[in-house]
Amino acid sequence: MMLEIRIHGRGGQGAVIASQILSYAFFLAGRYAQSFPTFGAERRGAPVASFVRVSDAFINLRSQVVNPDHVLVLSAKLAETVNVTSGIHAGGIVLINSDNTPEYYSFFEDECRVVTANINRLALEHGLGNRIMPLVNVPVLGAFAKVSGLVSREHLEAALPRFVPAGLEANRLAMLEAYDNEY
Amino acid sequence: MGLRTGIEVSLALAEAVGLSRADVIAAYPITPQTHIVEHLAEMVAEGRLDAEYVAVESEHSAISACLGSAAAGARTFTATASQGLAFMHEILFIASSMRLPLVMAVANRTLSSPINILADHSDIMPERDIGWVQLFAENGQEAHDLTLQAFKLAEDSQVLLPVLISLDGFFLSHMIEPVTLISQEEADAFLSPCTLKPRLDPAEPRTLGALGGPEVYTEVKQQQNEALCGAVPVLEKIWNEFSGQFGRSYRSLETYRLDNAEIALITMGAVSETARSSVDQLRERGIRAGLVRIRLWRPFPVRELLSSLDPIPCIAVLDRMLSPGSVNGPVALEVKSAFYQHSRQPRINCFVAGLGGRELSRRTFIEMVNRSLAGESHDTPSIHLDVRHA
Repeated sequence: MMLEIRIHGRGGQGAVIASQILSYAFFLAGRYAQSFPTFGAERRGAPVASFVRVSDAFINLRSQVVNPDHVLVLSAKLAETVNVTSGIHAGGIVLINSDNTPEYYSFFEDECRVVTANINRLALEHGLGNRIMPLVNVPVLGAFAKVSGLVSREHLEAALPRFVPAGLEANRLAMLEAYDNEY
Repeated sequence: MGLRTGIEVSLALAEAVGLSRADVIAAYPITPQTHIVEHLAEMVAEGRLDAEYVAVESEHSAISACLGSAAAGARTFTATASQGLAFMHEILFIASSMRLPLVMAVANRTLSSPINILADHSDIMPERDIGWVQLFAENGQEAHDLTLQAFKLAEDSQVLLPVLISLDGFFLSHMIEPVTLISQEEADAFLSPCTLKPRLDPAEPRTLGALGGPEVYTEVKQQQNEALCGAVPVLEKIWNEFSGQFGRSYRSLETYRLDNAEIALITMGAVSETARSSVDQLRERGIRAGLVRIRLWRPFPVRELLSSLDPIPCIAVLDRMLSPGSVNGPVALEVKSAFYQHSRQPRINCFVAGLGGRELSRRTFIEMVNRSLAGESHDTPSIHLDVRHA
């Protein structure tokens, strides 16, 4: 069974690192996992995406993810400017870091389950980033793990140290709080 | 015992250079190869690798420093890509003709213009005649394993040639995936310390690569070619040894589901994994497709290719480079040439696709198979896939 996840963010928000942590958490759970960015010249602030592909068996596939099972959106505005649900499997989760309600995103054309979480506020409460650029890439994974039930709190926590160069403890606590919240 | 971990392929390759106890690394960063040499620089700076890291001002200087280093008897590594490889061009021939054993990784990326940093084989294909042993990795495990094997091959007294490992830019170089990292004990058991005899020695001065006129040049080139072709049995021996120690087997090419096949795809590099999964899909639909993935590009494994493709009537070759003015891309030319004068003449189509990072999905390979089986072209010209017309 192949699982594909797409993470939308802006250059500098850490979408690539988020995909690395998530894939490593799946790896720690004993599964095969790939993580890769959309390739190109990354620019700070420009829309970027990264991908996680997970399977119980060796992954014989090296193409981009076009039909994700689930989507994470690190920046609320992106959900209004980029077609974040493009190709999503029916019923897939679209987790958006946003202070809007899920109903706000009724303009999505693809059939999916929209979940919103105010990760910006959570990140700032944990001293991650600043108001202009809260650092949400790690805590958003906690919310995703909770909503999807696909990856455990423990595996996510264990995957962090390798990929978080600074502010590990604040990120860890924020992620765990995001996991423990209800959505 | 090796450690199975999730790691970026560039880092897994750099770790293998460390496990090989390289003495000298001279390199210049260029996308998408940069993570390899950055990681090596870190390993040297942290004291994990006792090597001389030479930060040079260009790729031309990087490969030149490597020549000097190998001539002085040091285990030597560099890595590059694209324009960087092109900039090394003239020195690459000198490395092989002076029989200097060094190892280079190339994170395949296209060539300008237009400027494009993404993967295809436009950088490596123009270098096919440089006289190096040339291998293509398919995944992170191979990139890791081939690196250790490459040093052993390059420095073998029967070989003494530079060895190059191609890995597709981004789709391999930047991918995080499971790799079983070899331990230092295992690496030391497989690869002995460097025992190259210094050919540049102040105590015994001599000239390397001196003038050679028409009276010797031909013979030198003949000998060089014999040495390159002679590297194959040594490589096979190394692969046997590696398989015995690590349980992972390597051959000059890999085949997949060729039994009873009506068509075989021929691919190189990381997209071969996608091709393999296309073969599965085609088989489910009742189309008897199979795959040959070429790992050893130079010397080209003609004998293995012909026997693996017997008696398949139809062959679809992927070329990830457009060779302007030629009827086909370099891989298809090689395959067709292998079949020339062969008693059996399968239909061979060349498909040019996946240029400058354009997606090679399962759909691409399925289209190659469908169009080949439809007998669209018995003629020689390449079929350019996925070209959008204005």
